[in-house]
Amino acid sequence: MLDSSIERAARATPPVVAKRIQGLSDRAIAWLFVAPSIFLLLAVNIFPLIWTIRLSFTNFRVNRPNAEVSFVGLKNYINILTDSDVWLTMQATAHFLIWTIVLQVLIGFALAYLINKKFRGNDMWTTIIVLPMMLSPAVVGNFWTFLYQPQIGLFNYAVGFLTGTDPSTFSMIGDVPLAPWAIVIVDTWMWTPFVMLICLAGLRSIPGSIYEAAECDRASKWRQFWTITIPLVLPFLMLAILFRGIENFKMFDLVVQLTGGGPGSTTELTSINLKREAFEKWRTGYASAYAVILFVTVFGLASIYVKALNKVKQR
Amino acid sequence: MTEFIRGLRELRRGAWEMVASVLIALGVFMLMQPFMLSMFSYSFIVTLVGTVMFIIVSHFPE
Repeated sequence: MLDSSIERAARATPPVVAKRIQGLSDRAIAWLFVAPSIFLLLAVNIFPLIWTIRLSFTNFRVNRPNAEVSFVGLKNYINILTDSDVWLTMQATAHFLIWTIVLQVLIGFALAYLINKKFRGNDMWTTIIVLPMMLSPAVVGNFWTFLYQPQIGLFNYAVGFLTGTDPSTFSMIGDVPLAPWAIVIVDTWMWTPFVMLICLAGLRSIPGSIYEAAECDRASKWRQFWTITIPLVLPFLMLAILFRGIENFKMFDLVVQLTGGGPGSTTELTSINLKREAFEKWRTGYASAYAVILFVTVFGLASIYVKALNKVKQR
Repeated sequence: MTEFIRGLRELRRGAWEMVASVLIALGVFMLMQPFMLSMFSYSFIVTLVGTVMFIIVSHFPE
């Protein structure tokens, strides 16, 4: 079977090509096949990265291509890292990051724990819970702006119904103290199913025999939960936390669609701030340095993520 | 603890990766904390050192 397919491939090779590759070593042929992918990777990933690092040391502005570009050393980096506005942006990102992760892990784990129990309609509920994750962030952002409408929004109506507050007296997107929570709620709604799926994988990987042994030793359900379930699901939870952490650090589309970074700059996350520096203020050199800082941070987090992933694989 | 220090002395991957991970986590914390601007200013260099260290030590023997 294998021989025949090789023979077929050999027959299909045009004589000119066949003549050219004759005499090449296996290694050279392998390189020949891999070269286009490597070239594409270099052109699409590595070259822009190196170019961005180079630009981060200059005062280049992309809207003034003919202006003289001069080397400014570490000035862009120093300006960013001493700018209190950038610091505030980082704090807004931290608020978003911490609360989304806390809520997603708690709710996601609770849902996974429930779904892991066998009950009627289990599969249907899993599908319903997973639905938000499958939607586009642009769509989610758009319909949540309707839900958050003070006059007609369902969210405001529900809050008003439960607390007795007049729905039109507060605006989740327009009020400074509420806007950071508005984006946390939407991201939690959208990405909790993802954490739930990872936790569910962790829960289903625990052999039933461990629980049976614990039952024999008369361990209570509470003790089983803390000494068996939590330690064995922990690597999966860590994975979910790191994954969501990296994703939310780069969060852009959902927040732009929901609040556009406002009111003021209350919900202006780092990626939104970076986009404004690059494509509204046209400070390309400065924005490149900003991008390098974010890249190093995400790369560092990704390194820890890969390490955690390997630990899970070893289990 | 003794094993960890021995790992550092003998240039073992596990121990050094732990140091690099702590540096990265510390750098990210410094970047996002709301307490001191000076900590924010030094956050990038700490993260960079941690990340570069992680790349190097991941080639150390297990």
